Amino acid sequence: MADKRMTADEVAAEVRDGMTIGIGGWGSRRKPMALIRALLRTPVKDLTVVSYGGPDVGLLCAAGKVKRVVFGFVTLDSIPFDPWFGRARETGAIEVTEYDEGMFAAALSAAAQRLPFLPLRAGLGSEVMRVNPGLRTVRSPYPDGEELVAVPAQELDITLVHLNRADARGNAQYLGPDPYFDDLFCLAAKKRFVSVEQVVETAELTGPVQSLLLNRSAVDGVVEAPRGAHFTTAVPDYGRDERFQKHYVACAKDLDAWPGFVDRFLSGDEARYLSEVDRFEAAA
Amino acid sequence: MSATRAEIAVVAVAELFRGDGEIVVSPMGYIPSLGAKLARLTFEPDLLLSDGEAYLIDVEGNVEGWQPFRKMLDTIVPHGRRHVVMGANQIDRFGNQNISAIGDHARPAKQLLGVRGAPGNTANHRTSYWVPRHSRRVFVESVDIVSGVGYDNAAKAGLKYHDVHRVVTNLGVFDFATPDHAMRAVSLHPGVSPDEVTAASGFDIDLSSAGVSREPTDEELRLIREVLDPKGLRDKEVPS
Repeated sequence: MADKRMTADEVAAEVRDGMTIGIGGWGSRRKPMALIRALLRTPVKDLTVVSYGGPDVGLLCAAGKVKRVVFGFVTLDSIPFDPWFGRARETGAIEVTEYDEGMFAAALSAAAQRLPFLPLRAGLGSEVMRVNPGLRTVRSPYPDGEELVAVPAQELDITLVHLNRADARGNAQYLGPDPYFDDLFCLAAKKRFVSVEQVVETAELTGPVQSLLLNRSAVDGVVEAPRGAHFTTAVPDYGRDERFQKHYVACAKDLDAWPGFVDRFLSGDEARYLSEVDRFEAAA
Repeated sequence: MSATRAEIAVVAVAELFRGDGEIVVSPMGYIPSLGAKLARLTFEPDLLLSDGEAYLIDVEGNVEGWQPFRKMLDTIVPHGRRHVVMGANQIDRFGNQNISAIGDHARPAKQLLGVRGAPGNTANHRTSYWVPRHSRRVFVESVDIVSGVGYDNAAKAGLKYHDVHRVVTNLGVFDFATPDHAMRAVSLHPGVSPDEVTAASGFDIDLSSAGVSREPTDEELRLIREVLDPKGLRDKEVPS
């Protein structure tokens, strides 16, 4: 029986320059932040990041690891804009493929279904079609003859997601209200790594069976990372750390303050990160 | 007791949903969410209210349905039985809306959210917009990046389910019911002059048939003040 437990650093070491990385979650919700922080500690660069974006995108942009972002939005939810993503866009540091949210889902679905594209109405008439000049339309072969967008499959080299529980074999469970698109991200990728709040015995994956979002055939590695989504939400284990998120945004807006944030929170390992978060919390 | 501008706006948003029946309404922003709840509590009791997360909720917060983002994008939006009220960083005379970025898309002067669901919403179901500060920065001759599709672009693309309904602002209510689907004032809020709207808009809006936005009824005022927003947060979005 395969034991797929790994460390976050082992997962990060799987990522190579130029890869296309899918990141689960949505905005500033259930992002695999411990895996992102591990990625920040590697020299990897030129990544294409595919994400319903939150601070995962911002932090990777801040570290200069991003060549392209494939996105429908980047937001921190309670704070509308991520300053690092904004800076990367406004300085022309990165390229983007911008999609409507539904086009983005269709691109993942097409890859998951091993189809070259899926037809959609979303995008027609909008400037998504102009800013992505590679997009094509397709005409219905049926009597309606309607013209639709052919959203191309978005294949991924590696997917990173964060759920609440998993067993060592990779069966993984979300306990919050929304699965987001994490299962699609996994099915669209060649390699899939799941961090969780807690690794438990299979028999302890209790609760509604529908909460078992990923089965082990779609998971290549499991990382036990308590608070691994911090500072984004991982309800019901914890909500968003709004105070810390505000601190991230304040530092990200101020290029003089940013190196201090990196030194304190991102230059050490995950244990150091969490102990500094505790100290930050205690100083409130 | 006379209504504040914020309360007029809440009622104007509620009126967006009149006749919608048993469909999902997705109000984005505080005043739109108050408006949707007010409509449900009064003249549109069958509305389904999305809380912006995974839940359909009633006004008391009871969960009556599950609607995670995946379901939203796979079926709710394309199926079409939805009325969304989105924001707009820019909007033009034909209802093209921009929430993506200001300036050139390749290297924007200001990166905003991204197009989010606006292209899909405007291709699939009824969409309205809420603008808390009606100004020339928002009401522009031409938007920088068409996110939500306006009438001219919808016609060119042959969008058969395109339905941009109305724009509600702190100054009035606007629709596109002119022969060429250019923006027209349905009503101006009490105390707002036509000149004020003209000065705050970067393109000509037909004001010739504008009425006055209706005042809340006594019962609507009570619901807004005592039930829906007892802390008066509405005044932060629209000061009087």
